[in-house]
Amino acid sequence: MSKTLFDKVWDSHVVQQIEDGPDVLFIDRHLVHEVTSPVAFLGLKNRGVKVMSPKRTFATADHNTPTINQHLPVADPLSANQLKALEENANEHGISYWGLGHEKNGIVHVVGPEYGITQPGATIVCGDSHTSTHGAFGAIAFGIGTSEVEMVLSTQCIMQPKPKTMRINVNGSLNKGVTPKDVALFLISKLSTSGATGYFVEYAGEVFRSLSMEGRMTVCNLSIEMGARGGIIAPDEKTFEYIKDREFTQKGAAWDKAMTYWSTLKTDEDATFDKEYTFKGDAIEPMITYGTNPGMGMGISGGIPTAESVDGGVATYKKSLDYMGYKEGESMIGKKIDFVFLGSCTNGRIEDFRAFTEIVEGKKKADHVTAWLVPGSHKVLNAIKEEGLLNTLEAAGFELREPGCSACLAMNDDKIPAGKYAVSTSNRNFEGRQGPGSRTLLASPTVAAAAAVTGVVTDPRSLV
Amino acid sequence: MAYDKFNILKSSAVPLPIENIDTDQIIPARFLKATERVGFGDNLFRDWRYNQDDSLKSEFPLNDKRYSGKILVGGKNFGSGSSREHAAWAVYDYGFRCVVSSFFADIFRNNCLNIGVLPVQVSAGFLQKIFSAIESESDSKLTIDLPKQTITIDSSGEFENFKINSYKKENMLNGFDDIDYLMNIKDQIGEFAKNTPL
Repeated sequence: MSKTLFDKVWDSHVVQQIEDGPDVLFIDRHLVHEVTSPVAFLGLKNRGVKVMSPKRTFATADHNTPTINQHLPVADPLSANQLKALEENANEHGISYWGLGHEKNGIVHVVGPEYGITQPGATIVCGDSHTSTHGAFGAIAFGIGTSEVEMVLSTQCIMQPKPKTMRINVNGSLNKGVTPKDVALFLISKLSTSGATGYFVEYAGEVFRSLSMEGRMTVCNLSIEMGARGGIIAPDEKTFEYIKDREFTQKGAAWDKAMTYWSTLKTDEDATFDKEYTFKGDAIEPMITYGTNPGMGMGISGGIPTAESVDGGVATYKKSLDYMGYKEGESMIGKKIDFVFLGSCTNGRIEDFRAFTEIVEGKKKADHVTAWLVPGSHKVLNAIKEEGLLNTLEAAGFELREPGCSACLAMNDDKIPAGKYAVSTSNRNFEGRQGPGSRTLLASPTVAAAAAVTGVVTDPRSLV
Repeated sequence: MAYDKFNILKSSAVPLPIENIDTDQIIPARFLKATERVGFGDNLFRDWRYNQDDSLKSEFPLNDKRYSGKILVGGKNFGSGSSREHAAWAVYDYGFRCVVSSFFADIFRNNCLNIGVLPVQVSAGFLQKIFSAIESESDSKLTIDLPKQTITIDSSGEFENFKINSYKKENMLNGFDDIDYLMNIKDQIGEFAKNTPL
């Protein structure tokens, strides 16, 4: 029987099917961080259970870590306590732990692929919704709650109803200045933040084929923002090239064996999906959000839609625009901004720093703009230095911070003040997401760079 | 950890007629720093409930003395965003045992079911009827009957059926959790693990 890529990977991991209930799904890789794990480890302790497969479990600290002076003790006692708890739990259960200051430390969804933990055909979970990132490699990867973290720690399985399947095709090619982030924001604006709820999305078509692995990660990362359980892209030569020779990647005969499995990972030609959408790549322009959910995005040259022209309640829509201090019909171009945040599991990889640097090279950061440039990992940080990007950034008046989730969710001190506007390369523009009262404009690194040097929302195509 | 059993719940409800209520509103990230599951109810809807000087925002329904009860009724697409189970913990810890909406985000729904909070999905029309009933009489009672899978507006007797798979229903009725189930089939899982390719 013809199968989709998603079905192939899912079905091969089902330990048991429960009638009119969930599947018991085996998990190959479990990523753990400090915020959503402590209560799960406590649950294990209360049951007197050890972690079933420490070798399949990887822990890193990222969500509440500081992004300056990481060599000093963490000042916030609550954050310090969570970090200490993770370290102790990892040690007790024999799990590899890449804590603050460790050379492999970084955002969980950035380091997983960097070290070959993320692999095609694997099931990957983490107590974080942006686990969908790893789907870029042809893995089934999704975020879970803390009860589910406890399930995976104790039994290496999770109980999940099988999602429906959706395929999103973006054909043709992208126009100059349009990035993977723009593709994702475009799709979310079309489908809405709940348009893919209940589905697992496969991204197909020339546009996704042509993207780098970094670009594919950005797209899959944002799958959750349209409600999807996850996103997946069939592995190809680019995928295999990326993972080859990384620390945790199979070597020699084990690699050959894995390749035999990986070469089967594509949707059969006559397989069908529960839902399918098709878009043209050249219909997409650089995007920016104007509201308080990621579905409230628009082409940067357009006007803010009217309440009547969008799906959903008028009152909710107006509440959102009031929060942002914007009005229906206004242009976003020229809106003053106060902060720029480059980073996060969405856009904190080396390609994102290259794109940002390309725009700001030879220009100066606008005086009134505070810019936080936060690499996704130490590996990214080192690459920024080695490629000479740091010199260019510093010449343009920018500083680089140390790796972590930072202002994406503002659990540490990197908070946007109330009422201030931030152009952010992260994934959520919810009320107060980047600090109480903060106002977020989601955009690509390219759009963020253009705003950083002009101090206002600017179409990056006008700068090159 | 076993949780409270859920059978029939008759209660007044707190209305939140806003769409796309995300988990960052339910519990902002800066309150996720605990290492134990205690005290999250205090910060449920923190930035909608309190001004920045920690004074109460009197117009917010949770602060409105007319509304109380064990049922929270929210607009479409409730619980979108982050996977933080802390959002479900905050809802539970505040005293709610059931959340009603016309649409739930997947992870939030799962998290609720895993801790014994019942997510009840109703049609958009029925949700509007619930909001109207509460608007005309703030202590309007709703009856959630899990065995029969019905939700009833007591004042009018109008009801609707809701879906829940029979496995989860059995868990909710008995206060069982998934880990108990998985621990019981651990040998089978161990055998399965031996033959996985990765």
